[in-house]
Amino acid sequence: MKNKKKPSHPYIPNSASETKAKMLKEIGIKDIDELYSDIPQNLRFKGKMNLPDPLLSEYALERHVKGILSQNQTCEENISFLGGGCWFHYVPAICDEINHRSEFLTAYGGEPYEDHGRFQALFEYQSLMAEMVDMDVVNVPTYDWSQAASTSLRMVARITKRNEIIIADTVSPDRLLVIQNYCRPVNTIKMINHSHETGLMDLDDLKSKISSSTAGVYFENPSYLGFVETQGRAISEIAHEMGALSVVGVDPISLGIIVPPCHYGADIVCGDIQPLGIHMNYGGGLGGFIATRDDEKFVMEYPSRLFGITETSVEGEYGFGDVAYERTSFAEREEGKEFIGTCAALWGITAGVYLALMGPKGIQELGKHIIQKSRYAMMKLSEIKGVKAPLFKSHHFKEFVVDFNGTGKTVGEINKALREHQIFGGKDLSKEFPELGNCALYCVTEVHTKEDIDILVQALKNFL
Amino acid sequence: MEIKEKNKLRDFHQAKWDEPIIFELNTEGERGILIPELEREIEKYVGDEISELPENMVRKKPPALPEISQMRVLKHYLRLSQQCLGADFNVDIGQGTCTMKYSPKINDVLASSPKVTKLHPFQDESTVQGALEIMYRLDMFLREISGLSRFSFQPGGGSSAIFAMASIMFAYFQSRGEAEERDEIITTIFSHPSDAAAAAVKGYKVITIYPDEAGLPEAEALRKAVSSRTAGLLITNPEDTGIFNPNIVEFTKVIHDIGGLCGYDQANANGILGITRAKEAGFDFCFFNLHKTFSSPHGCGGPATGALGVTDELVPFLPVPIVDFDDKKYFLNYDLTHTIGKVRGFFGVFPAILRAYSWIMSLGAEGLKEVAQVAVLSNNYILKKIKELKGSSVSFPMTERRIEQVRYSWEKLTKETGVTTEDVTNRMADFGFHLWSSHHPWIVPEPFTIEPTESYSKNELDEYMAGLEKIVEEAYKNPEKVKNSPYNSVVHKIDHSTLDDPKKWAITWRMYLKKHRKKS
Repeated sequence: MKNKKKPSHPYIPNSASETKAKMLKEIGIKDIDELYSDIPQNLRFKGKMNLPDPLLSEYALERHVKGILSQNQTCEENISFLGGGCWFHYVPAICDEINHRSEFLTAYGGEPYEDHGRFQALFEYQSLMAEMVDMDVVNVPTYDWSQAASTSLRMVARITKRNEIIIADTVSPDRLLVIQNYCRPVNTIKMINHSHETGLMDLDDLKSKISSSTAGVYFENPSYLGFVETQGRAISEIAHEMGALSVVGVDPISLGIIVPPCHYGADIVCGDIQPLGIHMNYGGGLGGFIATRDDEKFVMEYPSRLFGITETSVEGEYGFGDVAYERTSFAEREEGKEFIGTCAALWGITAGVYLALMGPKGIQELGKHIIQKSRYAMMKLSEIKGVKAPLFKSHHFKEFVVDFNGTGKTVGEINKALREHQIFGGKDLSKEFPELGNCALYCVTEVHTKEDIDILVQALKNFL
Repeated sequence: MEIKEKNKLRDFHQAKWDEPIIFELNTEGERGILIPELEREIEKYVGDEISELPENMVRKKPPALPEISQMRVLKHYLRLSQQCLGADFNVDIGQGTCTMKYSPKINDVLASSPKVTKLHPFQDESTVQGALEIMYRLDMFLREISGLSRFSFQPGGGSSAIFAMASIMFAYFQSRGEAEERDEIITTIFSHPSDAAAAAVKGYKVITIYPDEAGLPEAEALRKAVSSRTAGLLITNPEDTGIFNPNIVEFTKVIHDIGGLCGYDQANANGILGITRAKEAGFDFCFFNLHKTFSSPHGCGGPATGALGVTDELVPFLPVPIVDFDDKKYFLNYDLTHTIGKVRGFFGVFPAILRAYSWIMSLGAEGLKEVAQVAVLSNNYILKKIKELKGSSVSFPMTERRIEQVRYSWEKLTKETGVTTEDVTNRMADFGFHLWSSHHPWIVPEPFTIEPTESYSKNELDEYMAGLEKIVEEAYKNPEKVKNSPYNSVVHKIDHSTLDDPKKWAITWRMYLKKHRKKS
């Protein structure tokens, strides 16, 4: 074959040579390179990028990518007990149906006229989450819980005009790394010890460390280690007495059954919406929320978009727009509150769909079932010689620490053995919390059947 | 029967469902979905476990969510989706700086595979070799495209990548004992607002350079701005004007001469793929938005990825973990001596990473260059057309050529007819188009920014132009028509005054009910 004409690329309509010629003529030039005349020759990349030959047919591309992905083993093909900030919950089909819609998937910065639906869906998400946390203000999602916690803490520092942040030492270590980097060097962080028996915050340590420089106290509920912090009221009171604010990170899926943090004094509540109808996506399903009361002092410190409802020139028509846009870095650059950009809006819409489907009864039942199933898992695991579950003498929601110190085996060894039975054992805590020795963080949700739990217990019994 | 040939400008009307707010659909007793039954054996075994929760921790009243049956929920959201114009519907060239290109459907299909969606980030590395391989290979690709040494996919968007760069600058100078002294970051006014804002979050004082008559940031101003206090530079190029700064090497040299670091905001690199790279321009870091240049869909504003690349010297400062390969298996490497820690949970937005990988694989080196060249061709085509459009003007007309986008102005139109850029953007909605004004501050008066990308055909570009031409014609004949628009959109002119008033703003439905609905 000679002079075979290269087909134009399906993604690049104007790569067709006839079109190119017309456009060049219209512009009045002969060669596209003339359009780059402002880029000096010494900056031009002369080499050829060392990239694989393209897979031009869609079939070849699909086959190649699927081939690589086929090496993955999923939480569907195995029984997974992993949690710790990303959780396997059931995702209703409608959640995917909606977030796959081209209209939402490929929208971005349209005005409320082109994107009325995007504004309404996100306003409704804010409103549904507000009911979950029982507070009046919720933002358009930020990146994840880590960012939500980081921003909440920077917010309390600005509100109180104080610098110091106090954090429970049982928070997620992954999250703590984000918070530390986000606060450095503007805010200082002090960590508060926990009771080794219950995991709960050591209130004496809190009292000894809190001061008139403290802007806020942050803890998570349920905690990373799974226990429910029952001293929320006392912690918030200690913070408030010192003129500091109380910030609580929460797994929203627990709020059908567990009391929302504002009921025990939280001023800002944050967390992740991934459990609400969003796939784990290898950690790519995260989205952060920040909730406060309707107080100008708080609202004006949000860096996020906040969509509000308003009226239009036609009576009875709902319109939407940005609330207090002038606070944002879009409006004010470095004078705005922190920064705003592309975060996780599509997951916000999805979480709204999820909450609308679940309704009050669904979300309440779900919380109850999760507590019962995880309780069953703990009781069954404790029947194994040398295994203790939960480690902490506390109440738990869906996660709990399993203590394997009495088995003479490491969590690494145990999890390797479990993988041979298509089981992903709990997260190994020996690096994150070395003082616990061989302990693992297990997660049980509504996706686990009794049989799943029994298979785990049997596999452990056989191995240990 | 003969049907008239279609005009370029279509007779459009946006879907208008007049759909209630979701809480208004509440019907007591309806259910949207049922959850898995609790096995009787479990119930028998553990009893009513919640009674074991202490009284003060039990939620007495469930959240006041609406009760709605499944199909009604579906219908509600489908209707809302129809009231939304994504890039798949619109000739989406009016959202300049954002690279609203085609997101290939095959990549969505791949990203929706359970082999992606049902992976947990704490799975053993042996069970996620496919995911790690994709991340590793994309890192390799981006090294070629940028000339830099190593990429992290952790930042959840462009602004997060900017914040990571500012964080690395801080950690770098801290490691050299200079963090306290170097407390300033320099940017330009036509760089993204987050280049200034994220630097400020890291505690830096921000110095902003303004352009000269040619639209270029002034090299002299940069020289005056640098000092022993300078930590570094965060700059976009081409800037929002679409002008490529030919003196960029001089900029990076000025910064390096005083010991600072240079961060390249390449959120939008769509016009220069394979043409010019961060390395040759002397940058220490750069980032690419995988949801812009590399085709991952924008998703109404995320999830997204700001892929952050650095030189060898800065690799030890990257957020942990990065993905490595030991000739047998891929693994997560946490062993970075000066790591800033993390900027996002886990390892980033894997579906976006996968889509970008797949997109590059569908194009190859030549295809990427073709993307850039056609994006630039289409942009200069639109530029030619807008130059001929009454009432509009090109910012910094001295500079003739533009790369992937152009910032324009309606200043003349506003002076002559009273029609502002906001009015034009509203009216565009009546023709099924979106036109965005521009980032603040409006250095260019009554601005708008158009970025055609490589995705839209010449015919579509002509159709978009027909929309602008029609509105300009209306502005001169009957400006009120434009000022009172839109007419064919979902809703009519919105009252923004309540949104800025703390007594009236309603960010949630419960707040709206409290403030605006009289109790019946």
